[in-house]
Amino acid sequence: MSEKPAEIMFAQACNMAMAKAMADDPKVILMGEDIADEQGGGVFKVTAGLSAQFGTDRVRSTPISEQAIVGAAVGSALVGYKPVAEIMLMNFITVAMDQIVNHAAKLRFMSGGQTSVPLTIRTTTGAGTGLGGQHSDMLEAWLAHVPGLKVVAASNPADAYGLLYSSIMDPNPVIFIENTPTYFTKGPAPAPDHVVPLGKASVPREGTDISLITYGRGVGASHAVAEKLAGEGISCEVVDLRTIAPFDEETVLKSVAKTKAAVVVHEAVKNFGTGAEISSRIHEELFSELKAPVGRVGSGYAPVPFSPAIEKAWMFSEDDIEREIRKILG
Amino acid sequence: MADKDVLIDIFTRADLIMQSDIKFRKMIGAGQLQIVYYPVRGQEVVSAAMMAAVNQEDYLVTIYRGLHDQLAKGIPSKDLWAEFAGKMAGTCKGKGGPMHITHPETGVMVTTGIVGSGIPIANGLGLASQLEKDGKVTVCCFGDGASNIGAFHEGLNMAQVWKLPVIFLCQNNLYSEHTPMAFATSSETIKQRGDGLGMRSVRVNGNDASEMYAAAKEAVEYARAGNGPTLIEAMTFRFHGHLLGDTSHYIPEEEMEQALKDDPMPILRQQLLDMQISETDIAAIEAKNAATIEEAAQFALDAPYPPGDEYRIDVLDVEIAA
Ligand SMILES: Cc1ncc(C[n+]2csc(CCOP(=O)(O)OP(=O)(O)O)c2C)c(N)n1
Ligand SMILES: [Mg+2]
Repeated sequence: MSEKPAEIMFAQACNMAMAKAMADDPKVILMGEDIADEQGGGVFKVTAGLSAQFGTDRVRSTPISEQAIVGAAVGSALVGYKPVAEIMLMNFITVAMDQIVNHAAKLRFMSGGQTSVPLTIRTTTGAGTGLGGQHSDMLEAWLAHVPGLKVVAASNPADAYGLLYSSIMDPNPVIFIENTPTYFTKGPAPAPDHVVPLGKASVPREGTDISLITYGRGVGASHAVAEKLAGEGISCEVVDLRTIAPFDEETVLKSVAKTKAAVVVHEAVKNFGTGAEISSRIHEELFSELKAPVGRVGSGYAPVPFSPAIEKAWMFSEDDIEREIRKILG
Repeated sequence: MADKDVLIDIFTRADLIMQSDIKFRKMIGAGQLQIVYYPVRGQEVVSAAMMAAVNQEDYLVTIYRGLHDQLAKGIPSKDLWAEFAGKMAGTCKGKGGPMHITHPETGVMVTTGIVGSGIPIANGLGLASQLEKDGKVTVCCFGDGASNIGAFHEGLNMAQVWKLPVIFLCQNNLYSEHTPMAFATSSETIKQRGDGLGMRSVRVNGNDASEMYAAAKEAVEYARAGNGPTLIEAMTFRFHGHLLGDTSHYIPEEEMEQALKDDPMPILRQQLLDMQISETDIAAIEAKNAATIEEAAQFALDAPYPPGDEYRIDVLDVEIAA
């Protein structure tokens, strides 16, 4: 009997990617609230052990000052560092939006290419655990809309490892979105030199009837639905974007050109979400070939509700995906 | 020493807070409630004395660690408990939850989960009172860590420039999550920051009912007279971690031991006894609070959840279509 391949948790994969980047490049530094070991190695322990290994000069716990954290990341990035700022939860990124939108994203362009901002902002979020309106928003569409920013979301530990490493080494500002509810979910461990390039989607499940285009937590949900429908002879292809912006149009269009039907799936609120952009690109390129208009699944038009009963009704679900697929395939 | 009636009032509020905190931790520990909870044990007297110095119509803006402030301000236990449990009968129909309590009838206008963000909002409430000349003050609660965020500095500056009737109550429990104050705060005290902004600023032992009440009363009178804001740095401690489940491993043992020895609740109780308030009278207050809490907790457990599609209501002024 062959040995079961080693598995690691998502949070561990992020930790390993940062450790590798720090070992490979002395210019990689980390900043964030409570991230050093003396303060617990991060509230979700994602940076645990890194300050012990690399010292508190390079792994810095900060005051509660998101604007100052991202600003310091921008400034140090301008002169050759590759800072990785942890924003504890994605909602707190709102406090630093000026630094991100007006500075990190634009300084390369506004300086005529004289400077660049190779920073990474790691942050985590995700609904479904009763944290309410200010601790679980998915805000990727805001960021994806800003030219000059890359937005990345991994769906499994190996990808998290490969994508975070690429994000840190990328010469552009990257927002790397982790998912709190799946931090401790295990998946196959990556090889130490495993790298996932930014801007490249994967097709973890091939199919012929419909393409489910998704990222982050949507991938697991889409797989589950694909598995269920396979029993009825409906063949779903799952496309994991991995990089949300700029997204891999080639892979998406190739998949939909084959299946001639698509649903875009994300946890974020459906209205004005990334699904609208992706669906629109598919319509622009493949309109006449489609069996039906591209469908979208996302969460409801409301802040994340606290009460579990409403949060569940509000949140995107496998049932929503299945319903949308059936609607499209008729 | 504050007079007898005031101390009894403060004790009554503080004991309700203490017993509620104990009950919440017990029920969460037993799995009867599944919520993220920010314990307030140790900080009861700060809120109880502050709220004893204001009226029900005065406004309050507080934070995720807000149970003590909300109870002291007078939110009925049943409404509060039901909200913590995510029930339709809660203060916010279960939509806000423990981190986002609002109850205008008792002046509780905002509870925020974003560190520092309540401060500028408190200014807006103060501005409205100033324009309306309604004589109300706004109490704005936040922690020591919040003084490191931009909103604190912008907010206090504006409040001072506009002489707004706001009392900035910094409940300094010496820790922000796992970070001790000195690690991340450039000044030795928060009061110094208020001084630097030209604001009337005081630093008091928030765990001493009389001292805290005197500071609160003075700040309220100062604001009502139109003189402007005060920053009160109230020194206190939290006994049960940042959130329930946090073991406080980052707090040196001796520091925790000393803090527990200085537990404000037995001290306040003893002060009542020293003032010749009888054990029987004190026990009666405690029993009444206990009954209130039992009833509220049971009510919260029994009350129905909101229907799922309730999420479409209150997003805008009109219901969102399904
Ligand atoms: C803008 C922002 N950053 C980070 C957090 C996460 N966080 C929640 S509470 C907290 C510590 C706050 O400490 P302090 O202000 O001293 O208040 P305390 O919790 O001690 O009452 C942090 C960092 C947050 N809620 N908002
Ligand atoms: Mg604190």
